[in-house]
Amino acid sequence: MAELQFREAIRDAMDEEMARDEKVFLMGEEVAEYNGAYKVSEGLLDKYGFKRVIDTPISELGFAGIGVGAAMNGLRPIVEFMTFNFAVLAADQIINHASKARYMLGGQLNTPIVFRGPNASAGQLGATHSVAYDSMYAQFPGLSVIYPSEPDDAKGLLKSAIRNDDAVLFMESEQMYGMKGEVSDEEDYIIPIGKGKIKREGDDVTVVATGKMYHIAKQAANQLAKDGVEVEIIDPRTIKPLDIELIVESIKKTNRCVIVDESHPFGGLASEVGFLIQREAFDYLDAPVRRVTLPDVNAPFSKPLFDLWLPDAKQVIDAVNTVTYRN
Amino acid sequence: MAKKKEKEAIFTPIGIENGKNGQVEKSVDLPDPTDKSHKDLGLSDDDVINMFEQMFLQRRFEERAMQMYQKGKFGGFLHLYIGQEAVSTGTVHALNDDDDIITAYRDHGWGLMRGVSAKEGMAELYGKATGCSKGKGGSMHFANVEQHFWGGYGIVGGHIPIGGGLAFANKYQENNRVTATFFGDGAVDQGALHETLNMSQLWKLPCIYVVENNGYSMGTAARRHTVNEIHERAKGYGMKSAVFNGMDALTVYENMKEIADEVRKDSMPWFVEIRTYRYRGHSMSDPQKYRTKEELEQYQKVDPVERMKTYLLDNKIAKKKDIEKIQERIEDEVLEAIDFAEESDFPGDEALYEDMFADTPHFHDRK
Repeated sequence: MAELQFREAIRDAMDEEMARDEKVFLMGEEVAEYNGAYKVSEGLLDKYGFKRVIDTPISELGFAGIGVGAAMNGLRPIVEFMTFNFAVLAADQIINHASKARYMLGGQLNTPIVFRGPNASAGQLGATHSVAYDSMYAQFPGLSVIYPSEPDDAKGLLKSAIRNDDAVLFMESEQMYGMKGEVSDEEDYIIPIGKGKIKREGDDVTVVATGKMYHIAKQAANQLAKDGVEVEIIDPRTIKPLDIELIVESIKKTNRCVIVDESHPFGGLASEVGFLIQREAFDYLDAPVRRVTLPDVNAPFSKPLFDLWLPDAKQVIDAVNTVTYRN
Repeated sequence: MAKKKEKEAIFTPIGIENGKNGQVEKSVDLPDPTDKSHKDLGLSDDDVINMFEQMFLQRRFEERAMQMYQKGKFGGFLHLYIGQEAVSTGTVHALNDDDDIITAYRDHGWGLMRGVSAKEGMAELYGKATGCSKGKGGSMHFANVEQHFWGGYGIVGGHIPIGGGLAFANKYQENNRVTATFFGDGAVDQGALHETLNMSQLWKLPCIYVVENNGYSMGTAARRHTVNEIHERAKGYGMKSAVFNGMDALTVYENMKEIADEVRKDSMPWFVEIRTYRYRGHSMSDPQKYRTKEELEQYQKVDPVERMKTYLLDNKIAKKKDIEKIQERIEDEVLEAIDFAEESDFPGDEALYEDMFADTPHFHDRK
């Protein structure tokens, strides 16, 4: 195992796939000469040259669409967005074209494309730079949505995403790029899309969390362990396809569940998982399922308000205490 | 009642209702057609007869489709290409067979020119499993990817960057193919076009961006939805541009061939405005109150299909009898296509979940 930063794990995955397949290329704002706005693509220009590492203008709609067309016509683009908050401008290409072209033409073409970049908030960046889009894209048929929490997941899943023959959204976090973690040094390390992982075993309560929220859940679990509450953390890793079986299995053991979701409350991952749990594990539940999400409010700038807005370990502990009737 | 102010603020230029009292104000001015003969352009007699056949097929296919639609044989949208057939026909003859074409939702003519048979096309309109897109797309999503027709797309302007992407992939793979991306004058106002033009010029993408200016963005005349001359937009991007007559297949052929040859040579994009005219409404539900009958009649005088027929007769390339024979044959072909469509099966229930994924399928919460 090698200890890598999140950004290095992502870079390694791209590097390996670019070395493996000439058709893979990277395009996005500042990915080439600047070496990546967050240094994720550092060194790739030197290694692969200007043909395969391409700086784009700030034209999310345009370059996302060029990516979709290139994917249709035989290439495997990795389209980097500086953040998924900017990808809203490209939503027509992701939602109306990448996810639909194959179906509406009766299967005549493929769109093997990866859209990747940081998702959700990253500190005090104001309302337009702080939204989690994973649940929104998961709404649309045809798209896979991955939001890993640790470098090892990121590497294995990004390699799968690049090899996938359909459109995949791969979400990262500005705040996690520097985070280190053990990454498998297995040659050609692949994690199948759609498989969750038990990140921490425990018998008392199941906490479902992915991406940045996994780390909040972990903090809460460490704190709760001191009080003798053992949390089982399930990281679905991919929002869609969703490994609901793994979550349900865990609940059959713990009989309680808290979902931590970085989206706003309406119709997010938490709502969907909550619904499925009540249907699939109704008889196993000893308490109503709880969720911790953003409030239905835009991201504020001011530090105290921002801290109030973002889910934290304390909210997770409160929710766990509620479902275990310790409040 | 509020008193009408003398100088009320006005935004969009006023259309026909307050206009010139029936006087024809043409939505597009047609540049002169080429004065070259087909032989001057390197086309054989067979080529031009073929062009006539193809234009006549597109025309009759759509006229019959319209009848079937009005009879309630199928639903959905039906955007007719009638009046614009010289554009598809001249272009496809000008391009190589493996050059890529992509267009918007007014796509029947393009499909018919690129290997979608009348049967497969009609069946697609009917939503049958035998349609070119297996009944999954309907009128707006004809395609024949095998023959490099990447389809019709339904979001105005949405397929323009995709056309750029097709060209990007061709340049990347160094296969010397040219891409032609077609869209209507309405799409000129979309940001997607401008982002794509900028990147295409910057990245030297081998693509021709073609506005089929048919005078109307749905029901809004060109002068009411966009400023200045459309083809002049190219200047802002330092892009080569052209404007020419789209009611004459030979003119379209001549220009598109020159442009495609040049793109193949220097891999620089073009922005082209082809002026044409849409005889029918935007779609079938369009009462066409935004234009006069007189305007429509003026354009019908320069009808591309009639024009080619006259050309064949005047130049003694075909006799009246030959033309009639062709017309009868195509009439039969279209009627057979209707029979085929009617007799074909709808897709089975299992087809609902087919064609979503090339890779491992996943359907959330599938029952």
